[in-house]
Amino acid sequence: MEYLPNIVFAIILFAGIGYFARNVNRLRRNIKLGRDVDVSDNTSLRWKNMARIALGQTKMVVRPIAGLLHIIVYAGFIIINIEVLEIIIDGLLGTHRVFGSLGTLYDVLIAAFEVLALLVIVSVTIFWVRRNILRLRRFVKPEMKGWPKKDGNMILYIEFVLMVLFLTMNGADYQLQQLGADHYTQAGAFPVSQYIAPLFEGMSISSLVVIERTAWWLHIAGILFFLNYLYYSKHLHILLAFPNTYYGRTKPKGQFKNLDAVTEEVKLMLDPSADPFAAPAEDAAEPEKFGASDVMDLTWVQLLNAYTCTECGRCTDECPANQTGKKLSPRKIMMDTRDRLEQVGKNIEANKGKFVEDNNQLLDNYITREELWACTTCNACVQACPVSIDPLSIIMDMRQYLVMEQSAAPTDLNNMMGNIENNGAPWPFNQMDRLNWANEE
Amino acid sequence: MANELKVPTMAELSAAGKSPEVLFWVGCAGSFDDRAKKITKAFVQLLTKAKVPFAVLGTEESCTGDPAKRAGNEFLFQMQAMTNIEVMNGYEVKKIVTACPHCFNTIKNEYPGLGGKYEVVHHTQFLRQLFEEGRISLEGGKFKGKRITYHDPCYLGRANNVFEAPRDLIRKLDAELVEMKSCKQRGLCCGAGGAQMFKEPEKGDKDINVERTEQALETQPEIIAAACPFCNTMMTDGVKNKEKEASIAVMDIAELIASAEDL
Repeated sequence: MEYLPNIVFAIILFAGIGYFARNVNRLRRNIKLGRDVDVSDNTSLRWKNMARIALGQTKMVVRPIAGLLHIIVYAGFIIINIEVLEIIIDGLLGTHRVFGSLGTLYDVLIAAFEVLALLVIVSVTIFWVRRNILRLRRFVKPEMKGWPKKDGNMILYIEFVLMVLFLTMNGADYQLQQLGADHYTQAGAFPVSQYIAPLFEGMSISSLVVIERTAWWLHIAGILFFLNYLYYSKHLHILLAFPNTYYGRTKPKGQFKNLDAVTEEVKLMLDPSADPFAAPAEDAAEPEKFGASDVMDLTWVQLLNAYTCTECGRCTDECPANQTGKKLSPRKIMMDTRDRLEQVGKNIEANKGKFVEDNNQLLDNYITREELWACTTCNACVQACPVSIDPLSIIMDMRQYLVMEQSAAPTDLNNMMGNIENNGAPWPFNQMDRLNWANEE
Repeated sequence: MANELKVPTMAELSAAGKSPEVLFWVGCAGSFDDRAKKITKAFVQLLTKAKVPFAVLGTEESCTGDPAKRAGNEFLFQMQAMTNIEVMNGYEVKKIVTACPHCFNTIKNEYPGLGGKYEVVHHTQFLRQLFEEGRISLEGGKFKGKRITYHDPCYLGRANNVFEAPRDLIRKLDAELVEMKSCKQRGLCCGAGGAQMFKEPEKGDKDINVERTEQALETQPEIIAAACPFCNTMMTDGVKNKEKEASIAVMDIAELIASAEDL
């Protein structure tokens, strides 16, 4: 029975990682439902963007308070995870602080983890206050009711508990080291948890071991739980921010893509030698659907965007339509896209790998026309996103579907487009009068 | 204001075997909107004063297709684009200047993929260059010390990262440039973009141009400077909504320079 803890640990570890791998596969499958898009351009710029925006957090600090706190939690997340490596080795081999042999370097590392853990606890607490007590505008918008609100708080609770467990584990370990307990060899410096240690004053070695072991097991189990919670929450950005910033926009924000299928057709129309009555070639492909009414019509980068969104709401906060009380919220566009994509993914799972029509779609069932038509295409949302998400491109694709597949533009816009068609201007003025201004007083 | 504007067309120049330094793309607003026509004329006066050989397309110009594209009508956009490109390529146009950020963005970014490759500059960039080259100059003038706030057009600023050219020109006026709380990359839209200019806004609790005008008024300006005919309309309406039109003027940068020059 000596090896029972090692075996239990191995089982928990592999179950946790295995389940995570399954979720990653689901993610990949769902994202690949999107249309293909060429992202092979500007490789060096893309790497630079990833380094600058995701790794360097440059867009987070546009809002200094949230930015600084986020950097602390982000650094804590990355750096404290070095400790997880040690925990895994200790767990599998039954060793105690296996990296302890690094000596001074180990002391420095553990000390740094402890300080960061304390800072993370402080930051997470402030985040919670901002969400629940101060109720910052962007956290209480209509789309944040229910699960999104709970999800946001849940993540903060998990992070808080994980850090407390980490410090408790260290504090008890430190006390055991002081008492010269078996197995607990002297290793590490504990600048924070040494202040927890007095709580353990006078406890027997056996109770201290129970406390240390409990905190240790809950900490690693908590981390594995959190890893698997990601897929069900808005928190995937900790992984997806990296590919998402890599695949983000590299062209000027004002440049909207030109549809190649339309170019072909327009060229044909303007070609005087083309035969307008020619029958389409026998092997002609089904004409492509214009724009998007559902998630499968979007590109896989747009779907990746949807999974990357962590619902911070900076986009919505900067949106002129939202600021003036319109229904449009760029964050909701991303949340709706993700939720519909999840629904499609579950449908595929339930139907043995094939999507079965469910009389649902992104347009109308999730995103209303009123939201789409409220957009001024100002790009404030795109600029605001700290991880290069482009809500505007989804809005544009859906407008394209409404106009080109459904002829369902608002009347005013139909008039405007009629004017352009007939007179070459959005107003009913004659093209022949275009130079009249030069001779007017 | 000078009565006689000499506005050569590409057709005339071409017939005379000449080609201009730059094509001035006037745009629909600049051609037809009464307020925007004043901007067009101010810019032509500056071009004339700087002795820039320019020409316009005149009746051969047609909407770039921007509002159609942003409304979702890719087909109409490309029809417009291809037609315009055919005309401009026919005249072997190399360089284009325009006072409309929407035309600027569309021709600069979306025409190349359809065969229209030109050097495209906004009129604020072009004017700044004329100053740098010493082709026009300005001695303080009537805006000296005036409080001017500048509204960034989305399609010039955020969309194409042109933030400094218009501001440099305002500084040339010896005016006091005051920034709104949302400016440059974070500038708030005037409410006209994305074809909103041509439709009623969706239901909400305020119009966007009023919100933006309130931000402008917070800076206590004497003048709100704009660099887009649509922003100009929106801000002018906003100022009227706040009943401040007697004390606050909305002016295009070209108008500011031209009237400082007392043309």
